Amino acid sequence: MTTHRNSAPAHTRSLPVRQLVLTLLGWSIALIIFFPILWMVLTGFKTETAAIADPSFLFSPTLESYQEVQARSGYARFALNSIAVAFGSTFLALLIAIPSAYAMAFLPTKRTKGTLLWMLSTKMLPPVGVLVPIYLIFRDVGLLDTRTGLIIIYTLMNLPIVVWMLYTFFKDMPKDILEAGRMDGASTLQEVFFLLLPLTLPGIASTGLLSVILSWNEAFWSLNLTSSKAAPLTAYIASFSSPEGLFWAKLSAASTMAIAPILILGWMTQKQMVRGLTFGAVK
Amino acid sequence: MATLQLKNITKQFGDTKVIKGIDLDVNDREFVVFVGPSGCGKSTLMRMIAGLESASDGDILIDGKRMNEVGPADRGLAMVFQSYALYPHMTVEGNMGFSMRLAGVPKEERRAKVLEAAKILQLEPLLDRKPKALSGGQRQRVAIGRAIVRNPSIFLFDEPLSNLDAALRVQMRIELARLHEELDATMIYVTHDQIEAMTMADKIVVLHDGVVEQVGSPMALYHHPRNRFVAGFIGSPKMNFFTVEQQSIGDDGVTVRLPGGRPCTIPVAGEQLASDEALELGIRPEHLQLDENGPLSGQIKVLERLGGQTSLYVQMGELLITIMADGDVAYRVNDTVQFSFAAERAHLFDAQGLALESLSQHPLASLTRQDNRAATEPAAPGAQV
Ligand SMILES: Nc1ncnc2c1ncn2[C@@H]1O[C@H](COP(=O)(O)OP(=O)(O)OP(=O)(O)O)[C@@H](O)[C@H]1O
Ligand SMILES: [Mg+2]
Repeated sequence: MTTHRNSAPAHTRSLPVRQLVLTLLGWSIALIIFFPILWMVLTGFKTETAAIADPSFLFSPTLESYQEVQARSGYARFALNSIAVAFGSTFLALLIAIPSAYAMAFLPTKRTKGTLLWMLSTKMLPPVGVLVPIYLIFRDVGLLDTRTGLIIIYTLMNLPIVVWMLYTFFKDMPKDILEAGRMDGASTLQEVFFLLLPLTLPGIASTGLLSVILSWNEAFWSLNLTSSKAAPLTAYIASFSSPEGLFWAKLSAASTMAIAPILILGWMTQKQMVRGLTFGAVK
Repeated sequence: MATLQLKNITKQFGDTKVIKGIDLDVNDREFVVFVGPSGCGKSTLMRMIAGLESASDGDILIDGKRMNEVGPADRGLAMVFQSYALYPHMTVEGNMGFSMRLAGVPKEERRAKVLEAAKILQLEPLLDRKPKALSGGQRQRVAIGRAIVRNPSIFLFDEPLSNLDAALRVQMRIELARLHEELDATMIYVTHDQIEAMTMADKIVVLHDGVVEQVGSPMALYHHPRNRFVAGFIGSPKMNFFTVEQQSIGDDGVTVRLPGGRPCTIPVAGEQLASDEALELGIRPEHLQLDENGPLSGQIKVLERLGGQTSLYVQMGELLITIMADGDVAYRVNDTVQFSFAAERAHLFDAQGLALESLSQHPLASLTRQDNRAATEPAAPGAQV
């Protein structure tokens, strides 16, 4: 999504040939990654017949598919769910992860490393492995097809990564700055709010952004745990591939509309994001 | 009033004992310097005093009150970190006023106090800058300023000058001495630097491997080191050590056979010595004199001319001896030189490395910094080297 920018070696001032090769390579990789997205966007502007015809860049663009998609189902409702769920779960994850990462980074014990690895290892389990129990629990407590339910699931889903990333950012923070704060009379909470959070803001921002993106794009849980009321945009896209068969143009139009907000968000914040993700490496 | 007492302080990290039982008294307004080789526990000890690290055992008393369980901010002390540890996202004013902001001091009052401290440290034009836009020396001053505004009864400094270049270090050293005068506070100071320790301290605490080797005034440590470690650690260049044979013990001292065979009587008390105990003779480079009739001789290996002085590194059998000689000695490398020393300048150490007690005290050994100042008034403080 943002790769085409950071792979350009703007900072190297070496041989022109080397630079040229690297630039070309960077652009090629970026193009390969970007191509499916471009193709999807283009297909959205084709008619259904043009969409299934031989692949071509030459066609007369039309908004037909968009109109039909808009007419058939309320994009806004899905989008609203996506926003609520992605930001809600991110907020919740940060709320839980900041204290955990603080404890792990600044008050480590013998088991801290192990705990971190264990948390990450939960991400290696295929989600479908716990689908049935979670579905049953959700059904029994009435969380099926609710935003709250999705927020809880997404929070749990992202928590390991969020804790892990915050942990690495916090660990990079010079300890004596916090100690100086403590000498100045800061309580733990003041230490966190006045010193730790402002100083690790780029890291926290990129962690939050990643969590938003992961939640936004998540499809497995949203398809299985929601049906209509709380369905986010991923479910909206999926609804275009069902019973009547595939309609490529409409599917593409719906997908484009679904990923547009997050794409724009990612594009606007890519500087932050890159800075955050390379924070530790640069220092 | 601010006194500090440490009573049998220990610190253990896991299974390793880093501080092994330290007792120390720091008097009001005293300038105490901790010195010792890297890793001996200076920072750990200081951090325990500050409250950033808990003591595994023992008592920390400030003004007679036990402080072990009191938080760092409530002990009435301030610390200046080696890395300065300024808050990078706050201005100089924000940095210096942070403790007051936390304490809920109104803005006007805060500003007044910051200005007052900024004046002492000549930081007024920099109040709106962020630490990033300051030089090393300026950052250092901000860190000190941040400590001053808290009005602590005890200042703690952990190698505050070690990140500065030599010239700035001298300047800050003088400034700190002036500050000590001006603020009338008790100061505890960790350093690697001999000159800082010798010039600033009322009392030097020599630490080694988690224990106190000796506590005393700079001159007492220099002239009467308690053991071989302190003798080698205090003074620069390092003291020379020779293995010598014991010949006789008398009222006027212990007579030993020098390398090369000549006898020499060192005026130290030797009653407790076993008759065959191996001894070591210690003589500082500045106390060795080139002397054609001297009892010691060796070949010059390296010769460093510093202008006013010349350091000679002289091979004597296995040993490489350092001699501080006059600036314009005419010798060259590979020349053989004879040298001597005054017996009362020499130190004798027993097999355990403990110094045998001198029969007479050096006249300056009981000198305090205060005496020094009274004698040299009105010279700038810190200028005596
Ligand atoms: N948090 C810790 N965990 C384990 N060991 C530690 C810890 N802090 C310090 N040590 C050990 O304690 C010993 C003393 O460390 P300390 O930092 O007090 O030394 P120092 O005298 O200040 O050295 P330097 O002059 O290099 O600053 C060292 O051997 C160090 O490895
Ligand atoms: Mg240290």
